Amino acid sequence: MTDEPLLRVSALSKFYGSRVGCENVSFDLWPGEVLAVVGESGSGKTTLLNCLSTRLLPSSGTASYRMRDGQFRELYRMSEAERRFLMRTDWGFVHQNPADGLRMTVSAGANVGERLMAIGDRHYGKIRATAVDWLSRVEIDEDRIDDEPRAFSGGMRQRLQIARNLVTGPRLVFMDEPTGGLDVSVQARLLDLLRGLVTDLGLAAIVVTHDLAVARLLSQRMMVMKDGRVVESGLTDRVLDDPRAPYTQLLVSSILQV
Amino acid sequence: MTDIATYNFAYLDEQTKRMIRRAILKGIAIPGYQVPFASREMPMPYGWGTGGVQVTASIIGPDDVLKVIDQGADDTTNAVSIRAFFKKVANVAVTTETAKASIIQTRHRIPEHPLTAGQVLVYQVPIPEPLRFLEPRETETRKMHALEEYGLMHVKLYEDIARHGRIATTYAYPVKVEGRYVMDPSPTPKFDNPKMHRSPALQLFGAGREKRIYAVPPFTDVVSLDFEDHPFEVQTFDQPCALCAAESVYLDEVILDDHGGHMFVCSDTDHCEKRRDEGHRGHLAPQTMEPAQ
Repeated sequence: MTDEPLLRVSALSKFYGSRVGCENVSFDLWPGEVLAVVGESGSGKTTLLNCLSTRLLPSSGTASYRMRDGQFRELYRMSEAERRFLMRTDWGFVHQNPADGLRMTVSAGANVGERLMAIGDRHYGKIRATAVDWLSRVEIDEDRIDDEPRAFSGGMRQRLQIARNLVTGPRLVFMDEPTGGLDVSVQARLLDLLRGLVTDLGLAAIVVTHDLAVARLLSQRMMVMKDGRVVESGLTDRVLDDPRAPYTQLLVSSILQV
Repeated sequence: MTDIATYNFAYLDEQTKRMIRRAILKGIAIPGYQVPFASREMPMPYGWGTGGVQVTASIIGPDDVLKVIDQGADDTTNAVSIRAFFKKVANVAVTTETAKASIIQTRHRIPEHPLTAGQVLVYQVPIPEPLRFLEPRETETRKMHALEEYGLMHVKLYEDIARHGRIATTYAYPVKVEGRYVMDPSPTPKFDNPKMHRSPALQLFGAGREKRIYAVPPFTDVVSLDFEDHPFEVQTFDQPCALCAAESVYLDEVILDDHGGHMFVCSDTDHCEKRRDEGHRGHLAPQTMEPAQ
């Protein structure tokens, strides 16, 4: 099983007119692997993530995904219905701003249950039990299940968003700055939680972040991007401890020491 | 009326009627699908049935018999005005009897008297999109219909149960038509939903402000959405109609005084009058009928 990658990306480019979003990005992602994409803002991280999650169509290049039946399917040749089905079953997308990934006007329980109902679950009691289970896994009290996310703190919203994405047992999760905008103690707990979930569920994840500490904690492998191109990639520890590209050296040496 | 010649038959011009008929035919061909159409300004405000009136105007012929009801009643402002309108601009026969009508334009009720093949029921629809309050983007809801992504509709029902312990939606209760499109049956009480299922009559829905027409052809499956452990059920009333003693019909609460006095009477006035003519008497029925105000 694991000798074949989950996602194969080859020469992916996205141009906005004459501007480069990301250019000539290639990599393979294996099941259960967490890949961090780091770089300063404007380096094309989010463009890459949006292309991979088919929220954007790339200008050129291919990406194929190994479906549950073991067959590789080329993402950009799938119909929109298939892509959206993939999005809400086998994939997850954790937005930086939880309001983008949650329905803010329906209760936490319904937020978690929506994906189950979308794939045909029609038993209220079971949906609710699953929602309770997932809320406890992301450390949200059961008695908040009928509250709207509007009444939640930033950290809770982010954890709710994670629960909402993981409820269908996806194999691949995209995360865009999952800890952005949270204070450090909340960040630490969230990272701890994410690390636990990723290991327990054997998730593969692509995490976009500008925070090298997040990358170090979560990921096994990382790619450093600058001006839309990948300047260095390798094992996270290797890249952070022994950066080779001048830009990576600059990035690593820019970390504030407390 | 000698000045009838100043109007085209049934008010709308022939080109408009053709356009609306095309939309209706498309709607019948794809049950439950909302067909956009170029809704016209009508001599009435939006929200008073501009969509229903345009559909009626496009299908009505000189031999048709029209009945118009507003919340089941034939004698309220909206019903009386629309009936008078078509009497004037199409010179058609009108009736209040369900069985005698060939076209029934309705605001939010289905008559209690079973409809038969050949009858057409025209609904006035305020908001045709059942997903609207959950997903405000029209581009997105159209995509959801196209891809049959209806999980969100159950989110609404889930919220009902989470908040009220049961599905508290009592009107505009979402239905699935012929196993494909989720449709808003207009704000009819859910009591009427089972009457839509495999009805021998043609059901047409017109939303004038929102510019949408949709249809349920005769003998089409119309299934109300629900959960396995919270099945769909209709309202029940624990007392019969106070005037005609009818049971298992939809009742309106009527306030009688400012001391808390009230009674429950049939929402379908034609049905209620028929029963009283047949000699049925509820506990508040007058011995001699007084004319309505």
